[in-house]
Amino acid sequence: MFKIVKAEQLSASVYMKVVEAPRVAKACEPGQFIIVRLDETAERIPLTICDYDREAGTVTIVFQPIGVSTSKMVDLKEGDYFLDFVGPLGKPSELVTDDFEEVKKKKVVFIAGGVGTAPVYPQAKWLHDHGIECDIIVGARTKDLLILEDELKSVGNLYLCTDDGSYGFHGVGTAMLEKLVSEGHHYDLCVAIGPMIMMKFASLTTQKLGIPCVVSMNPIMVDGTGMCGACRVLVGGEVKFACVDGPEFDGHKVDFDQAMKRAAMYKTEEGRRFLAYKEGDTHHGGCGNCGGDK
Amino acid sequence: MADVLKKVPVREQDPKVRATNFDEVCLGYNKDEAMEEAQRCLDCKKAKCMEGCPVQIHIPNFIKAVKEGDFAEAYRVISESSSLPAICGRVCPQESQCEGRCIRGIKGEPVSIGKLERFVADWAREQGMKPEAPAEKNGKKVAVIGSGPAGLTCAGDLAKLGYDVTIFEALHKAGGVLVYGIPEFRLPKDGVVLPEVENVKSLGVKIETDVIVGKSVTIDELMEEEGFDAVFIGSGAGLPKFMGIPGETACGVFSANEYLTRNNLMKSFDEHYDTPIAKGHKVAVVGGGNVAMDAARTALRLGAEVHIVYRRSEEELPARVEEVHHAKEEGIIFDLLTNPVEILVGEDGWVNGIRCIRMELGEPDASGRRRPVEVPGSEFDMDVDMVIMSLGTSPNPLISSTTKGLETDRRKCIVATEDVGATSKPGVFAGGDAVTGAATVILAMGAGKDAARGIHEYLSQK
Repeated sequence: MFKIVKAEQLSASVYMKVVEAPRVAKACEPGQFIIVRLDETAERIPLTICDYDREAGTVTIVFQPIGVSTSKMVDLKEGDYFLDFVGPLGKPSELVTDDFEEVKKKKVVFIAGGVGTAPVYPQAKWLHDHGIECDIIVGARTKDLLILEDELKSVGNLYLCTDDGSYGFHGVGTAMLEKLVSEGHHYDLCVAIGPMIMMKFASLTTQKLGIPCVVSMNPIMVDGTGMCGACRVLVGGEVKFACVDGPEFDGHKVDFDQAMKRAAMYKTEEGRRFLAYKEGDTHHGGCGNCGGDK
Repeated sequence: MADVLKKVPVREQDPKVRATNFDEVCLGYNKDEAMEEAQRCLDCKKAKCMEGCPVQIHIPNFIKAVKEGDFAEAYRVISESSSLPAICGRVCPQESQCEGRCIRGIKGEPVSIGKLERFVADWAREQGMKPEAPAEKNGKKVAVIGSGPAGLTCAGDLAKLGYDVTIFEALHKAGGVLVYGIPEFRLPKDGVVLPEVENVKSLGVKIETDVIVGKSVTIDELMEEEGFDAVFIGSGAGLPKFMGIPGETACGVFSANEYLTRNNLMKSFDEHYDTPIAKGHKVAVVGGGNVAMDAARTALRLGAEVHIVYRRSEEELPARVEEVHHAKEEGIIFDLLTNPVEILVGEDGWVNGIRCIRMELGEPDASGRRRPVEVPGSEFDMDVDMVIMSLGTSPNPLISSTTKGLETDRRKCIVATEDVGATSKPGVFAGGDAVTGAATVILAMGAGKDAARGIHEYLSQK
C-alpha cells in the first residue's frame, strides 16, 4: 500500500498526487514513469514521474481523468492509499544519462502539451539544477488548463500558448517554436511531450527546422517491464517496447499514425465502462451509441 | 475391481460446458477414487518414478499412505520434498517425468501420480494444514528475486533452514507464471495458487511486491546496503518473441504473454475487473506449445472461433498431449504445417487476415526434429480478426545488465553451475527459466531447491 501524502487539483481537469514510495523516490530519474493500481479490481495504468523527493521518499504524479480508472483516482484524498505503485520504469532521459560535457553544450527547447507539461518539469529542473538554461513552450487549449506555471518559470524561460488566445501566445506550441526560431533563437534539441497528435506535429515541425526531436511515447501498457509487448511502437521500421526501450524515442523515426491507431484499440470498451461508471444503475444504453452495460 | 492396467479415470467438466467458463477443467479424484488408484502402485524397492521427479518426492511412500487412507502422512511425505504440490500435481508434464518411468506403464497405464499428489495437496488445504516456521532463526538474510516456482521453492527451503528470506516481485501479485501465465481453468488462482503462496509465507518468508530488481533497486544495493548475505535470481524468461513479419504492430495482434496476463492476472474475463481484453471473432494463435494451447483455449472461452497455426505436424507439437487433447475436445481447430508470412491490416489499423504458406517436413535439424520447409507458391490468406503470437520467450536482460560481474550467455541466460546454480558473482545464485530459458514449472522448482542447498553450503562456510 502506498500512501497519498498530498492531493491537489492543478487546473480545471488536471490533478496531482504526492505518494510515499521510498524505493521509487530513491531510484528514479527524469524521463521515467511508474505504474499504479487503485484497488483489487483496478487496471494498471502508467503515469510519468513529475517530481520526486529522495529524502522524503515521495514521488509526484500528475494526471487527467479520461476514463474510469483516472476518474476514480480523482476521488483519492490525502491519507488514502494506492494498492500498487511500482517503478521507476523505462529509461531515464538521455539529458541525464549522456555525457554531461556534451549535454552542457546543448541549447534545449521543451514543448509541452496539456498534461504532458508534468513530465517536462523534472527534466527542465534537472538541467536548471546543473546550471543549464533551457526554453520551455507550454501549450494548452485554454487558460484554465495551464498547469505548473510557477514551477516551470523557476527552472527555464517559459513561453505560454493557448489555442484560443485566452492567455499568452495565441496558437499551438509548434507555432511558438517556429516564431522563436524565426526571431533568431537556435536550438540543438527539442523535447516534445504531450498528446500523440501534438508530438507528431512537433516532430514534423522540428524536421522542417532541422532540429533533432525527442518524444515521450504514451502507448497502452500492461506490466511495464517488457514482458508483454502491449506498448510496442515502430521506430525507424523496428519494433520497440516503449516500457523498456523508451518511453523516449527519436521523434523523426516514430510511426505516429500506427501508434495513434494502437492507442485507440480499446476505445469502445473504455467508453462503455466510463458511461456505466458515470451513470451507474441508470445506465442502460439509452444514448444509443454504446450498446448498454453489456 | 477395475482393470489394474488402466488409471482410475478422473472426472472432468463436459467439454461443451467448460468451453464457456473459466472453471477448472479437471475435477480431480475424491477419497475413494484416490485410494483405489493408489492400490495400483507396486511399491517398488528401487522406485524408478522418483528418478523422474526433479524434486525427488518419495512417491511410493506417499502413495502407500494414500492407500491406507492416511492422507496427513501422505502430505507430510510430499512436503519433505515439495513446497507446491497442489500446483505440480496439476501442471507437471508427468508423462515425461515420474509417470514416464512407472513400471506399470510398460504393460498398461502408469500410476496416476500427478492426480494423487493433487488429491493429497487439495485434501490438506481443505483441512487447513499449514507448514510451520522453524523455531530458531540463524540470523542470515537471503534475497530471492522473483516469486515464480523457482523463487517460491528456494525461499521455502531456505526458510525451513532458519534463514530470514525476502522475495522481491515486480508484479503486484506473487506467483510468476502461475498467476499471469497459466489460466484459471488449468490452475485456479484464489483456490490453489494463493493458498500455496500463503503456505510459503507461513514459513516466515516475506514477499515485497511492486519491486523491480534492476530498476527499483539493484542486486549490488541489496547486498551492500540492505544487508543480504546471498541472493537467488529466479526472474524467469518473460520476454516475448515476435516473428518479425509485416503487420505485427497492427491492432489485434498480441503476444500470448499480454493476452494471458490480461485475462489471468488482471481477470479481464470477469466484468467486475477494469482491464479490457480484445475478444475477436476468429482468432489465429501462432505456435504449438503449452502457452499456445492456453491462449487458444482462453480466446475460445471469450467467445471466438480459434485456430492453432503451427509450422510443423501434430507429432512435433511441443504442448502436453493432455492439453492438445483438451483443446481438441473443446473445438480448437488445428492448422498444421502452416506458417504466417504477413499479417494483413485493414484501413482502420486492425488485423483483417493472415497470409500463410504451407510447409512440409524436411531433414532433421540440430534439435532432432524434422525441419519445416516452405512449399513454394502455396501462399493463402486466412480470414481472422485477431492474432496471438506464442513463439516462446527469453530472459529479460534487466537484471543481468544492472548487476556487476554477472555472466550471461549469448541467449541472455544467466550462466550458473548445474549442481547448485552458483553464478559468476560470489553469493549470487540463479535457477529456473532465467538460466535455462523457457522450461517447465517443476524444473524451475528443482533448480530453486538445488540453489537453496547451494546457498546454505555457501553461507555455512562463510
